[in-house]
Amino acid sequence: MNYELVIGLETHVELDTQSKIFCSCGGHSSPKEPNDCVCPACSGMPGMLPVMNKRVVELAVTAGLMLNCEISRYTTFDKKNYYYPDLPCAYQITQLNHPICTNGLVPVKTSQGKRDIRIKQIHMEEDAGKLVHEGKFSFVDFNRTSVPLIEIVTQPDFRSAEEVVAYLSKLKSMFRSGGISECEEGAMRCDINISVRPEGSEEYGVRTEIKNMSSLEAIEKAIRYEAQRHMDALEFETEELVQETRRFDDVSGKTFAMRNKETEADYRYFPDANLMPIIIDDEWLEQIKSAKPVAVDEKADAYREAGISEKEIEMLIGNFKISKLLDDVIALGCNAKDSAAWILTDCAGILRKDGLLLSDLEITPDALSLVIKQVADGKINRGAGKKVLIAVIEDKVDPMEFIKKNALDAKVDEGAINAVIDKVIAANAAAVADYKGGKEKALQAIFGACMKELKGAGDPAVIRTLLIEKLK
Amino acid sequence: MKYYATKISDKGNLAVDDTILVKGVEATAGSRILEGFKPLFSAEAVTRLENKGYTVSGKTNVGEFALDLAGEFSYYGENDATIKGAAAELVKAGEVEAALGVDVNGSTRRAAALSGVNFLKPTYGTVSRYGIISTAASGEQLGVYAADTAKIKEIMEVISGYDEKDGTSLKNKDLDYTNTAAVKGKRVCIVKELLEKADAETAAKVKAYADKLRANGVIVDEVSFDLADVANTAWQILYSAETCNNLSRYDGVKFGYRAAEYKNIDELYVNSRTDGFNFLTKAVILYGSDVLSKKRYDECYGKSLKVRRVVAEKFEELMKQYDAVLTPACSKGEFAPYSVDDAFIKVFEEGIFTAIANLIGTPALVSDGVQLMGWHFAEGTLLSLAGSVERMGE
Repeated sequence: MNYELVIGLETHVELDTQSKIFCSCGGHSSPKEPNDCVCPACSGMPGMLPVMNKRVVELAVTAGLMLNCEISRYTTFDKKNYYYPDLPCAYQITQLNHPICTNGLVPVKTSQGKRDIRIKQIHMEEDAGKLVHEGKFSFVDFNRTSVPLIEIVTQPDFRSAEEVVAYLSKLKSMFRSGGISECEEGAMRCDINISVRPEGSEEYGVRTEIKNMSSLEAIEKAIRYEAQRHMDALEFETEELVQETRRFDDVSGKTFAMRNKETEADYRYFPDANLMPIIIDDEWLEQIKSAKPVAVDEKADAYREAGISEKEIEMLIGNFKISKLLDDVIALGCNAKDSAAWILTDCAGILRKDGLLLSDLEITPDALSLVIKQVADGKINRGAGKKVLIAVIEDKVDPMEFIKKNALDAKVDEGAINAVIDKVIAANAAAVADYKGGKEKALQAIFGACMKELKGAGDPAVIRTLLIEKLK
Repeated sequence: MKYYATKISDKGNLAVDDTILVKGVEATAGSRILEGFKPLFSAEAVTRLENKGYTVSGKTNVGEFALDLAGEFSYYGENDATIKGAAAELVKAGEVEAALGVDVNGSTRRAAALSGVNFLKPTYGTVSRYGIISTAASGEQLGVYAADTAKIKEIMEVISGYDEKDGTSLKNKDLDYTNTAAVKGKRVCIVKELLEKADAETAAKVKAYADKLRANGVIVDEVSFDLADVANTAWQILYSAETCNNLSRYDGVKFGYRAAEYKNIDELYVNSRTDGFNFLTKAVILYGSDVLSKKRYDECYGKSLKVRRVVAEKFEELMKQYDAVLTPACSKGEFAPYSVDDAFIKVFEEGIFTAIANLIGTPALVSDGVQLMGWHFAEGTLLSLAGSVERMGE
């Protein structure tokens, strides 16, 4: 018999905010040592009250807009009760009754074609802390407590592991390009609900849930294993399927049932009276919409249209900071293709020499656009432009001052160039003889000597033409 | 009686209930579960008063989490022949000028009535709840005990007003605590159903108070408000549920009391909480846990939220016809000690006088052993009415 795989996902994403969701402790990337980033509020001490971080709402709405959701104008928080040592209040603040976004749609493309994945809802919530077990002791680290999360819940619309991976990759690149989350290791975690049914059947099979999956590779493996387990159970009655929560073991590549609770947990959800309902009015929504980055697909198309290569587009889309720099520079009037080369080739090269990555680039759009324009307008030559760029990146100099100071824009007339050429030809008799004797390569040495003598000033193309003229 | 859980200063003029935090001073809310807990910051109200030159005398004993009648079940207190509240008694004795307390289910108001001092439970959101040991966030409110209405006004003017550290704190509200506005022609109603719940002596006290108001030109009627009973049930459900949730953080893991004996994390929780809470608190936790369960949520918690809305509407209607409501603050003038095992029902029953104000966030003033209630932000009216009676005795 042929079987159909049915999968729904719950995806938790840590938001890149400066501070936690209900207190002013630093967000997810700040802490270094355990409990570095903890205050009375996020460690559950009495007397502290949660105060909503507005940025979390804005990022959640932005994510909703990217996933084509309806944005709730009235959204509230609920408390979910359970005891665990990494949950300092013994409740998690989350959204049950009025989540911030509902009814979205994400198209995914795979080798089997295109499928629309419906988003049931997106809600905001706080993360829990972490337990560290050492010998007979367990230690609690509250750094991650109250770090803001969004949970994106899909309908059971996936039909293959490939679709799940395509969907998650798409979310990752969207959230990166949107400044919502860098989605680094562990910042995006999935619970996978999976069932199998005979092809053509309308009813769902017995559903199991694989908890807390992070790497795409492991997710794909886990789905394939679990799907096969379900199909074997249906086809060969290898075992009786029960609705349960399972975990995936990366080493063995298998899933295992987690401790089975006899009854489904009752989390005693109820509204959180400490947090007033959030009203998202037209003005605020418009503000968020106008600040929302262009969707990844649209952005890639725009770059493509501007003549930027596929390889460059790939580098740009995955890097919010760099693509924003490019957009800013273009907005300042620079040519798109040209600017992309300056950033992805020249800037990257300068950084690489210092052992740095492109994401370490610190340059203002103003400074970069000045360099690009000076070269584009023929005020300085490209080699001089590169010199300016190095000085700007490494020594944080002002580009215009640097150009003036080093007289890179000094106008050099043909007479002066010819004088230099004559001098160089006289001093490099051997190379000149080689060139005239047919060694094309010798030209480069003579040309280099001219450039050196001119100290980078003058248009290289003009110099080269005059030089060849002289050597005839 | 043992007034202080922790004494701070002999020169202090302000007592602070142990449900409210003072930086660095042990704060237990009368419960063993918080034994040894020293907060890292002071409540906003305490900070504002200290900035104005008030000095905290100490942390006054309260019944565990202020859930009892009037302060009888503190883990750190002593039993007396009759039930009294420590802060109210200190104010009455003139040991302090005023005291701060948290009103969640009427224990502060009953304590004031039993000692014959004033207590104002202000409108929800007008005084920051930052730094109170929270039980029921949707209706608890920090309030003031004082010997007269002028002192209430003085303290309220310092502690009220917006605080960004409390997400429920109200912005841009005109807050008025005058105790000397003209009362002639004001209309006050006595709620028949509540008068009937009080003993003869207390009912007579309410009627005598009404006569004093009439003597000052206030019009006093007797009316029916038949929602008092359901309002009380709704609040008992809501505050128990919220208390169950808010007290779940006291698990023996992070601070406060931890049981000596445990073999695993579940035993650590169970043993610490079994020793740490008294029987009344446990009853509230169990009741709250039950009304929040999936099976019971709709008929209990969900329904109580609807009742809250209806009561607010009906009370607002009543307050369009009257400036204030006059009721008993509790059923009797004196309570004898009793077993903590009976406390849940006893407190539930007494809640009928106090629950409306907690349920819908309206102000309530206990003065001269009776209670005046009004619509949101009516503190000035309540204090002026009580002030007019107070001045008759001068």
